[in-house]
Amino acid sequence: MDKNDYKDVYVFAEQRDGKVQNVAFELLGKARELADKLGEKVVAVLLGHNLGDAAQQCIAHGADVVLNVDAPELEHYTTEPYAQAIHQIIRERKPSIVLFGATTIGRDLGPRLSARVGTGLTADCTALEISDDRDLLMTRPAFGGNLMATIVCKEHRPQMSTVRPGVMRMSPADESRKGEVENVKIDFNPAKFRVRVKERVKETKNLVDITEAKVLVSGGRGVGSAGFDKLRDLAGTIGAEVSASRAMVDAGYIEHARQVGQTGKTVRPDLYFALGISGAIQHLAGMEESDFIIAVNKDKFAPIFSVADLGIVGDVNKIVPLLAARLKRD
Amino acid sequence: MNIVVCIKQVPDTTEIKLDPVKGTLIRDGVPSIMNPDDKGGLEFALRLKDKYGANVTVITMGPPQAEEILREAYAMGVDRAILLSDRKFGGADTLATSRTIAAALRKLDYDLVITGRQAIDGDTAQVGPQIAEHLDLPQVTYAESLEFDGDKTFTVKKADEDGYQVIEVDAPALVTALASGVKPRYMSVRGIVEAYDRPVEVWNFDSVEVDPATIGLNGSPTRVAKSFAKGMKAPGQLYEVEPEEAVEIILAKLREKFII
Repeated sequence: MDKNDYKDVYVFAEQRDGKVQNVAFELLGKARELADKLGEKVVAVLLGHNLGDAAQQCIAHGADVVLNVDAPELEHYTTEPYAQAIHQIIRERKPSIVLFGATTIGRDLGPRLSARVGTGLTADCTALEISDDRDLLMTRPAFGGNLMATIVCKEHRPQMSTVRPGVMRMSPADESRKGEVENVKIDFNPAKFRVRVKERVKETKNLVDITEAKVLVSGGRGVGSAGFDKLRDLAGTIGAEVSASRAMVDAGYIEHARQVGQTGKTVRPDLYFALGISGAIQHLAGMEESDFIIAVNKDKFAPIFSVADLGIVGDVNKIVPLLAARLKRD
Repeated sequence: MNIVVCIKQVPDTTEIKLDPVKGTLIRDGVPSIMNPDDKGGLEFALRLKDKYGANVTVITMGPPQAEEILREAYAMGVDRAILLSDRKFGGADTLATSRTIAAALRKLDYDLVITGRQAIDGDTAQVGPQIAEHLDLPQVTYAESLEFDGDKTFTVKKADEDGYQVIEVDAPALVTALASGVKPRYMSVRGIVEAYDRPVEVWNFDSVEVDPATIGLNGSPTRVAKSFAKGMKAPGQLYEVEPEEAVEIILAKLREKFII
């Protein structure tokens, strides 16, 4: 393999129900930086059916070229049609870098492709850079978040990684950007389409996306079952969303879609209230990039205080109702 | 029906603490456990066995002490346990690991292969789909539940960000399991007693057919260039005051940040 045969930074522009996902725009912004450093192009790979202006949105977020694959097989994600499409594109066009969002789709598709192509894949990256040797440096958390590892894939191409949603900043769309849209035809092998999707169920309780919230009021073990109503009350007064640590989700007080850290989400709101959260490593990894963190906890040695900008040693079940009452009064 | 469940021994990362002074991980005394998603997958297999009768094999790749989780699996009710252990397998990234495990699976009969979605020490979720690709099996990831029609079709409830999907797939197939979907059974007392007399097969490099250039450290496309403890943030202000005063401090900060 000659590395020089491989060029350009490709982004899998994940869409659901025809809507390009924010993580794809976040990746296009990062890909723009990487490609500028390399002096190469950003290529969005858009798979779907009747996607309207999705290609233009990819250009507005940084793509030079959009490879538009429009086929009924690709309307909704299933592993094999998507893997066949991207595999053909990789084989024919030889990208240097391919980025996926670390979503349930990207984490299903990425490894399948890495094995098909025979190249490396680095999961859940939180930072991407180009080295002096023009290799991709992929940094990811290990051991639940406190050890960071920088991974390289020197001898294989493409270099592939999945990137956590919400970690890269999404830059605003620039509608005046110009780019090229190329329609690509895939030679599918339908004999390999072996799963049958019988039903797709949206659970309305999951529709809230805590990664989009500007302010999060997050509760942990110290809040307890009764305290969550108080948190919701406080969140309501300042237009915040409620989120929680894993303990609260496991205990069934709140749905998994609102969990921060490890198997939950990575968030970086302007303000994060950590209420009664002691701060397990996994939780800290999911929220420590927040712009400002206010923590309230009884235990002054709780690890949450190591990341908090403002720490209050005290009882959340006293402080939260008082705070909500003051906010309502003013 | 033959089911093979791939399991991994991992340090219990929820027990890992951070040295507040040095900023390094304290790993001494951290217990090793069967990876939770793998244990969920094992429970899926044992429930199919209870209902339809199945021959359940567990396989793990790791150092000799990984035998502990195979004994635990025996005590939960599996029929056969295989330890894939060889220095040549070591230092592998996910792709090289998946090639080694796939090579072992080629030696076994299976209608269903189950892996955990991801292991808590790496959180990659890559090895399951990579095994599926090597074995040309259809994959269903993020399984919260797994049913069988008694003939050849599995029905999987697959979790995603928006809710879930119901997916059908015919044997042979690979499913990756979520720990949250199922409560694994406890080891039975009789199972624990018997587990220590049951044979754990140890397979090494010579037991499987695989190109040595594609496995272990040398067969891994990715390498760790460096690892480092995450930089500690400068500590913020900490107040230990009465609730009323605490509220005033928070309000002042909210005004400063233009939240209110």
